[in-house]
Amino acid sequence: MNFLAIIGRVFLGFLGAIGRLTLFTIRAVVHAVAPPWYFRQIGRQMLEIGYFSLPVVGLTALFTGMVLALQSYTGFARFSAESAVATVVVLSVTRELGPVIAALMVAGRVGAAMAAEIGTMRVTEQIDALVTLSTDPQKYLVGPRLTAGLLMLPCLVLIADIIGVFGGYLVGVYKLGFNPAAYLKRTYDYLTFDDVYSGLVKSAVFGFLISLMGCYHGYHSEGGAQGVGRATTNAVVSASILILVFDYVLTQIFFGPK
Amino acid sequence: MSAAPKISIRGLKKYFGRKKVLDGVDLDVGVGESVVVIGGSGSGKSVLLKCILGLLPPEAGSIKIDGEEVVGISSSERERVNRKFGMLFQGAALFDSLSVWENVAFGLIQAHGMSKAEAKPIAIQNLAAVGLTPDVGDLSPAELSGGMKKRVGLARAIASRPEIIFFDEPTTGLDPIMSDVIDKLIVKCVKELGATAVSITHDMKSARHIANRIAMLYGGKIIWTGPVADIERAPNEYVDQFVHGRAEGPIQMQVRA
Repeated sequence: MNFLAIIGRVFLGFLGAIGRLTLFTIRAVVHAVAPPWYFRQIGRQMLEIGYFSLPVVGLTALFTGMVLALQSYTGFARFSAESAVATVVVLSVTRELGPVIAALMVAGRVGAAMAAEIGTMRVTEQIDALVTLSTDPQKYLVGPRLTAGLLMLPCLVLIADIIGVFGGYLVGVYKLGFNPAAYLKRTYDYLTFDDVYSGLVKSAVFGFLISLMGCYHGYHSEGGAQGVGRATTNAVVSASILILVFDYVLTQIFFGPK
Repeated sequence: MSAAPKISIRGLKKYFGRKKVLDGVDLDVGVGESVVVIGGSGSGKSVLLKCILGLLPPEAGSIKIDGEEVVGISSSERERVNRKFGMLFQGAALFDSLSVWENVAFGLIQAHGMSKAEAKPIAIQNLAAVGLTPDVGDLSPAELSGGMKKRVGLARAIASRPEIIFFDEPTTGLDPIMSDVIDKLIVKCVKELGATAVSITHDMKSARHIANRIAMLYGGKIIWTGPVADIERAPNEYVDQFVHGRAEGPIQMQVRA
């Protein structure tokens, strides 16, 4: 009986968390869409998510493209298909690795920072202060972050795609001895608009999820410094899991068998 | 007290799980009156303030501001009602991402739709009213001492000329001299604005300084209320123990939540 009670309590707690997150998401989306819009806040967040994440995302994209070229070459060499390296690099980067790796890096960098900033605002009563100053905290804090995440991740991923493909090109041409013109031709010939477009749609969804998790966990943090630390961890872990789950769902929608 | 109270609280109840923090609070605050709610740590003073401000929904009871019921109102109505309020938080709760003058001008810009250019001189005036020079306006809150933060918090609370100002433990964590400075500033600002003030504190010196009337919260209820002059000879053993800070008496300090 006691065991059943524990299962019941855990299940009810889980349902409660789903309900809270759903309500938070609906409110956050409404606040992001309906005026007034806090353009200064949106701009600040766009700078934080987009511009300041560029070095880390660019570096990871470069090495991802390089490793991909090296790995696919050694694999394909077993059945004499080395010429497919350029195609594999460009398709893997634009469809999959560009969006996912960029999103995971941004989740670690920005999602954590959002949860820590909003969580600190919660425990130092700054969110309560917003209410007493007749400002809706969800509108002021969450709306701009969601908008910025949604807009900036596709921009970051577009740049990551270019850098990733360039990384593959560097390894392909200077390490594996491909002809530069032939490598580039292979890259262009098999790349379609849908490959890039699907990656950008994925990244917009990932950007939304990163901001949502950062804001949600920060907004509901409690218990001082320890609570803020827990919120930060939860924001990164939950965003990373959701990125991978939604990656599968979106890949199924775009490219899965009909 | 005038016939129509500025704030009228009846039967206010707030529970956290099985713990009854507020268990039927009744309190009236008249127009222009300064009421200080005293009580021990964990007695529910902050919860009472948060219920009035709409930060916590009560389980039951009524809170009327200028005769208007504010329990259960929509968020847009709450924003309208809160325009009447100013609040000084215990830790000042200044926004880290904004400069000092932007903190003071926040309510003017966000809630009253003022432009930054219009709001800045008003923010500087309010900083002057709490004894801070204009150059402090360009600092970040992280660069201020505890006393200066409280002053900036007070400047922010009075900037939009509120009808009601709330003070949450205004002197906690300050040295005796700075506490006296903040108390005097509170009295001065409230008087100049002609505002109604509700403060919560367990600092009796501060309470005597800023109150017209004192109410004591114990066991989730207001157990005594009276003019500040009567506090020393209040015919209530709980008030007597609290005011004189005696460990022995009917109030037993909880060592566990």
